[in-house]
Amino acid sequence: MADPAKPFTGPKTLSDDHDQGGELVYKHRLATRLWHWVNAVTVIVLLMSGLTISNAHPHLYWGAFGANNDHAWLHLPHFPGWSTIPSAYNLALGRNWHLFFAWIFAFGLLGHMIAGLVNRHIQRDLTLTRSEVAPRHLWQEVKDHARLRFPTGKAALSYNVIQKMTYIAVLFVLFPLMIVSGLSMSPGFNAVMHWPMDLVGGRASMRSIHFVTAGLIALFIVVHLLLVLLAGPYNEIRSMITGWFKVPHESDPQEEAA
Amino acid sequence: MSRIITRRTVLAGITAGAGALLSGCDQLGRDERFKALLKTGERGNEALQRLLQNRTALAQEFRPDQRSPIFRANGTSNPGGDYARHLANGFADWRVPVDGLVAHPQAYSVAQLRAMPARSQITRHDCVEGWSAIGKWTGVPVKLLLDRAGASPQARYVVFHCADAKSNGVRYYESIDRIDAIHPQTILAWALNDEALPPQNGAPLRLRVERQLGYKHAKYVQRIELVESLTGLFGGKGGYWEDMAGYEWYAGI
Repeated sequence: MADPAKPFTGPKTLSDDHDQGGELVYKHRLATRLWHWVNAVTVIVLLMSGLTISNAHPHLYWGAFGANNDHAWLHLPHFPGWSTIPSAYNLALGRNWHLFFAWIFAFGLLGHMIAGLVNRHIQRDLTLTRSEVAPRHLWQEVKDHARLRFPTGKAALSYNVIQKMTYIAVLFVLFPLMIVSGLSMSPGFNAVMHWPMDLVGGRASMRSIHFVTAGLIALFIVVHLLLVLLAGPYNEIRSMITGWFKVPHESDPQEEAA
Repeated sequence: MSRIITRRTVLAGITAGAGALLSGCDQLGRDERFKALLKTGERGNEALQRLLQNRTALAQEFRPDQRSPIFRANGTSNPGGDYARHLANGFADWRVPVDGLVAHPQAYSVAQLRAMPARSQITRHDCVEGWSAIGKWTGVPVKLLLDRAGASPQARYVVFHCADAKSNGVRYYESIDRIDAIHPQTILAWALNDEALPPQNGAPLRLRVERQLGYKHAKYVQRIELVESLTGLFGGKGGYWEDMAGYEWYAGI
């Protein structure tokens, strides 16, 4: 083990907290880790095959219908081959990818939610406490985030309030919305149940919501990856693979002020 | 053991990873077994929808004022060949045989079909590409045609042969199963928005099979054939787009 007292003198790199770490603790359960990686692949495939589907008609409308002569509220750019699945335009194949992985996405999410309730991951790690949502605490967290000051010691073991709120929003709002809006666009499903679509004003609206939600999920992934890189990718990724997380040493406020 | 992750290695890793992912996906997409695996998603959707759907559950219908101002036409707008002649004489010689696995083969003129009991419905057309349009369709229920022809119990599929020859010389065709064929909203339409069907929307007759995507709604219908299996027809996948590009045969999603 490296000496934690040794000053860091190497070239400036994305921090690897290997040298700053303390004790190893078991942070992520198997169910969480398994779903995380399956879902990571699934969501990437869904987003990339979704760009193929977007390229087929890159215009978004609001209301019950929308075709070329109708007013589009947004014209999307043409997404280049390196960002789409498959890379050469093929809507039929893109749909095959999308609709196959949609099953994994939907049932993976359902499985994760059930496992999370059973092993109490949701109740223990994601529930917001009254003191956490107090405005003063929230403001402090926002400031810490803006300064990229990551929690150390005990605090690093639980999600912080912004993290919790983000995970709640993604898990219980964005992901389910993605499934409902996707299913609702299906003409077959529409004959079974059309109240979700009526709620938002019709199919063109539902398609817009599906695309906007995809954009928000993509944004979440970018920020999520950025924060993993900044918080120390080696430790973060290891903990998501093995479950074991190395707790960063308690920071010394005196040192930080200097 | 000290592991340093530099920006350079991270960037190189991401680029290499993305490149491998992309070429990997393309390679998988060319593999027939993998394609078959992806297609299980389609079969799953069909099974699930058939499980959830009441067999006669209606597609949503709309009010007249909810119609699209312009109903977009897609695909073939002029089938070529003899079509211009048929159009010029008002489709007076256009005949639609109903044959195959039937007890009494029939052949109808457009005038005869227009004189039969008709259903009107204002429905939404959802194109596989993502756009949609709402219009009013009027036509004869396909169930009526099957009943009059005495469809055999072995006839599991209804095939619609069309007049449009595509650039590669293959004629357009589409097929649906008996469940969708006898559905009350499945009609052989001869009017759009209370006017004779325009050529770009499939004059003189087009299939409306609500609850499925636009490419199933065959235009320029010239013959209705009842068959037991789709494997003997053209590419064997049950439709022009299914054969040519691998689109789903069940287009409920």
